[in-house]
Order: sequence, then structure tokens, then C-alpha cells
Amino acid sequence: MTVDPEIIRLLAFLVGVIAFAALNAAYLVWLERKEAAHIQLRIGPKEVGPFGLLQPLADGIKLMTKQLIIPAGVDPVLFRIAPILVMVPAIMSFVAIPFSDTLVARNLDLGLLVIFAFASVNVLGLLLGAWGSCNKYAVISAARVVSQNVAYEIPMLVTVVTLVMISGTMNLTGIVDLQMGGFWHWNIFNFSASPLMPVAFLIFFVCMLAETNRAPFDMAEAESELVAGAFTEYSGMGFGVFFMGEYANIVIGASVATILFLGGWDCPFGLFPGVHWFLVKMYFLIFTVIWIRWTYPRTTFYGLLNLSWKILIPISFVNLILTSAMLKVF
Amino acid sequence: MIDYLREIISGTWSLFVGLGITIRFFFQPVVTVQYPHQTLPMTPRFRGHIELVQDEETGETRCIVCGMCQKACPSNCITVNGEKREGVKGKVLTEYTLDFTRCSLCGLCVESCTPKAITFSKDYNLAGLSKEAYIFDLIAELSSLHAHTKLIPSGCKKCLEAKN
Repeated sequence: MTVDPEIIRLLAFLVGVIAFAALNAAYLVWLERKEAAHIQLRIGPKEVGPFGLLQPLADGIKLMTKQLIIPAGVDPVLFRIAPILVMVPAIMSFVAIPFSDTLVARNLDLGLLVIFAFASVNVLGLLLGAWGSCNKYAVISAARVVSQNVAYEIPMLVTVVTLVMISGTMNLTGIVDLQMGGFWHWNIFNFSASPLMPVAFLIFFVCMLAETNRAPFDMAEAESELVAGAFTEYSGMGFGVFFMGEYANIVIGASVATILFLGGWDCPFGLFPGVHWFLVKMYFLIFTVIWIRWTYPRTTFYGLLNLSWKILIPISFVNLILTSAMLKVF
Repeated sequence: MIDYLREIISGTWSLFVGLGITIRFFFQPVVTVQYPHQTLPMTPRFRGHIELVQDEETGETRCIVCGMCQKACPSNCITVNGEKREGVKGKVLTEYTLDFTRCSLCGLCVESCTPKAITFSKDYNLAGLSKEAYIFDLIAELSSLHAHTKLIPSGCKKCLEAKN
């Protein structure tokens, strides 16, 4: 009896993707704490292992040994299913992400669409968890998450539509192939398609921050106003899974930004393209995401919606119209 | 329209300025002291609990058992006792106990001490498990500064040794 190599490949990618997501979730917490500490002239975790590198392990053990409390008044099904609903789509999105020209679980023709479809489910998970908690803070947080994500999905998708028009494909490998050969070919500097491309990248990046509920847009989890927002009633690993889902979503966002704007696995000066360049760019973006969190205070909710509806959406539409005009003329 | 665009551009620029400030701090050396592993030298005017001064010539205490500190203490936390010995001029100190549970660190004892036999220590690691741990036998502490170490976190033995 022979085993179909396709099944082995599938299993290898399944294990690899889950391990990558979990490892990133664990070590991004470490990175966040270290970076926050150094920005505030502290050292951060340093006791557990060299440079505190075993801290995520200790945190994980702590979270797992904690009692899982399910409060009496909650909706038992929604409360249990919500953390999974946040984590699973994040891992599913990794299936479509090409880390290099050969390292991709499934080279889907509609890869971009798949990622954005799954990214929207993340919001549903947060909403259900907050609603199922039957907690006033959680419900306020849920309302904020939904209106925030509706507001920021529009400029994000308009920017992505612009890029799809330039590339003519939704296949992520295809989009990267068009940007090969040095940084002047990358979409962020593709001035022949639209002079507003760096602005488009900024819009995409800001929307990514808002979609992943990161500071300064962390209205879903505004500790000073809403205790812990949607996570108020969660304890132990329920909370842990929510957090892992959040960090996995940041990885997805940074990966998509890398693929769409920064040329994926292309080397900036045309030497040795490969998965390492992809990881360098992705982790630089993640570093920036954390850097931003420890620079700006949280916006007000009105400021957040005003930014989206009055600034980001008009500019992204201007960019869309400009790009289509340029594509038609040249 | 012009104002709208100008506000967007200046707003975006201010965000980059903010990022620039935090990244400069990111590359600056850290300022925190990792306390149990590192300690700062105490300032000369730090008022810890009192301790007996070691005489440089004899290596013994300078106390002449006059009892002025005991009288000066408003909280009655000092007990001094001495005895006459053969061939020794003056009294010899046999007991010097400080009840630190009552001490308010006012320093009247240090001021009243004519031979300058007591001074403020630099000891601030004063965590203990019982009330009795704070009744300090200052003679024992003078003869071996390590008598006190059971109260002190491991990292701070060094600062005691440095003081010694």
C-alpha cells in the first residue's frame, strides 16, 4: 500500500502552519514585552532563561494550569466556541500565504479573497464571545469591534482592489512575481501605476492595525474603560487562545502587507530571494506594529470612526480612481 | 479642501515624529537597576537603624556606657548595660539592644552620643518573619556583620561586605 504524497504534504503543512502560528503567538508576546520595556528604558523579562526567552513557556504553563471558569449566566455554547472562532480562521489564512515561491500550503488562485474572507470571521468570534459573556463591558466592546471593523474593512478592501487592478490577479504568488527584481519594482514604489502608492501602503497598514484591534485602535480591549472588553469573563486558556488568535492575526496582516506592497520574498537589491527575506520584512512590520502600540495613546471612538470615514475612505477612493485612470491612459 | 489636506499631512508627519522619539528611547541604555542582583550605593545621609561604630585603633566599640542615648530616646527602644572589669579603665559594654519595632529613626541618640560611638547604618533590607527579628543586638552585629544576614536577600550580602 502506498501513501499518496499529497496527503503527507498536507499533514506536513498542517503541522507546520499550526506550529508556526503557535510559536509566533508565544514569542511575539515576548517581543512585545521586551520592546515595550526598552522603549520605556526598562529591560523586560529576563529571569526565565537567557534574555527571558523561556518566559512564554512559563506563561503558557501558568495559563494552562489555571482553572477554566465558566460563569453561571453565560451562553454555554457561544462562550466556549468563541475563542476557537478567533483562532481557527487565523490558522486557516496561513494556508493561502506563500512564504516563498515554493513554500506555500495551497497556491490558490483566489488566495487574497480567501485571506480576507477568513479575516472577517475573526470579528464574528470576538462578537460572539462578548455577546455570550452576558457582561455589559463585553457587549459594549462587541458593539465597538463591529463598527470599527465595518469602518476599516472598506478602505482596506478598496486599497486591495487597487492592487488587484495593478497586478491583474488574486493569486498571491502571482502578485509577488510581478514585483521581483529589486525594491524599485515593489508595489509600494510603483509610481507608474499610481503616484499615491506609499499612501496606499500607509492606509493598508493603518487598516491592518484597526482590523487586528491593536493600539491605538484597541477599542475592543480598552482596559481603562472596559476592564478587558470582550475578554472580561475569560480565564485561563480561554483567554490564552484569544490572545494567540490576536497575535496570529497580526502575523497574517504583516504577511499580507509584505506580499502586497513589499515584494514578498524578493530581495531589495536583487540577490538571493527566498523565505528569509519574507521573514525579515514580516518581522520588521510586526516590530513596527508593536512600536506603534508603545508610542501612541488610544484614540477616542469618534476619532477612530472619523479617521476611517473622513480621511482613509476618501483617499483610498481617490487612489482607486487615479490608478484606474493611469491604467487606462498608459 | 486645502485645510483638510494640510491637516492630514501635518497629522501624519506628527505621527512619524512620535515614532522617531520612541525609537530613540528604544536604543538608549536602560536606566533601571535590577534590584536583588544590583544595588545602588546609599547616600551618606541615609538614616538606617543605628549601629555601633568600630574604633579604628582598637577594633572595639567606642561606647563608654554613659547611657545618654538611652535617656535621649523618646521611644525607649535602646537598652545599654555595662560592667566594671579588672584592669580596664571605665565601663565595658555588655549589652546594646535596639528595639527597632519602636524606633522612629529620629536620631536623637546619635546626636547625644559624646564619643561618637553610634551612627546610622546603610542597611535597608529589613524584611523579617517575626517581630523578634527586629530586636537587634548591636554588639553581635558589630563583631560579625554577617550576624544580620539571615534577614537580607542573597544579592545584598555584597553591599554589606562593601560596607564592611
